[in-house]
Amino acid sequence: MIHSGGPGSLVVIVPAFNEEGAIAGVVRSLHESVPGVPVLVIDDCSSDGTIAAARAAGAEILPLPHHLGLGGCVQAGYKLAYELGFEYVIRVDGDGQHDARDVPRIFEKLKSSGCEMVIGSRFVSENGSRAGAVRSLGIRFFRLVLRPILGKPVHDPTSGFVGVNRRALDVFSRSFPLEYPEIEALVVLQRKRFRFEEVPCKMHPRTTGRSSITAMKSLYYIAHVLLGVFVNVLKYEHRTHRAPRSPGG
Amino acid sequence: MDHLLNVTAVLSVLLLAIVLLSLRRAHIRPEYSMSWLLASVVMLVLSRERSVLEFVRLHTGVPDTPLTLFLMAGSVFLVIFFRFSIIISHLRDDNIALAQRLAILEYHIQRLREHEN
Repeated sequence: MIHSGGPGSLVVIVPAFNEEGAIAGVVRSLHESVPGVPVLVIDDCSSDGTIAAARAAGAEILPLPHHLGLGGCVQAGYKLAYELGFEYVIRVDGDGQHDARDVPRIFEKLKSSGCEMVIGSRFVSENGSRAGAVRSLGIRFFRLVLRPILGKPVHDPTSGFVGVNRRALDVFSRSFPLEYPEIEALVVLQRKRFRFEEVPCKMHPRTTGRSSITAMKSLYYIAHVLLGVFVNVLKYEHRTHRAPRSPGG
Repeated sequence: MDHLLNVTAVLSVLLLAIVLLSLRRAHIRPEYSMSWLLASVVMLVLSRERSVLEFVRLHTGVPDTPLTLFLMAGSVFLVIFFRFSIIISHLRDDNIALAQRLAILEYHIQRLREHEN
């Protein structure tokens, strides 16, 4: 059972959908890397033994009543973490691609920098991590798109290895992109004038299951994310161009 | 032209009948049937009252009457589909929020039970 959080408290959330083969290893490695930190697996209505495997490995489970997709799944974890009073949340994917040994560095950066989000990035420094050709192309494209919007470069905008503090948690528990959330979340953050940092992280190749973004879905992914970014930029413009209210209004 | 108008009238009556039947069987809620009922009545009037169709044609500058009818029908159904897209989007957002709330409440209940035991 997860005890309620408090100042400085951390919870690791792991969104998972049909990750029976990898989830136990992910949970165990998290317990080894950050002992004493609760690990919450949010099961997106898996049809395999994900819940049993995660529970056996020592994770807390938040089972969703039906499949919500990645954004809805992650947001459920953010909402629960916020309600339980945690100050920091780090999201680790359930497929085993993220290295749990990087979690303490993300946590440390969150605390020391005071910024709202810390991204575990494959490309901040040369660390041997490689993305596929199509994904690399997509990442480069979104780097270019995001550079003027965010006002600073982001090396790995599609990374799901992300830590947030309570201010970002407050925003994300109320509003979070539901499909392909990583890139849009950065723009949501920018709208709130929040800051982000990147720390170099290593990513492992997927050993079980398959990525939700197939080659066929890549074009849809790009169009969808571009639309989401565009809509968020429009909201941003609307907010900043509005005339300031008078003290009485 | 007359043949096209007759076919449109028959299709409109058919649509009207299907919607009314669905309403009677409670397959469709009244608030969501209004758009379809309105569309079928508009199409029926346009196909029976040629003067209305001509009036629309003259004021929109469409070169011929069948194309006017086609454009009118297309516009009406586009508006309906767009309205339904908005409704579906709201329903999806509500559905996700409810599913998340349900999961979180179940989690809290489970915690309370464990705390009691």
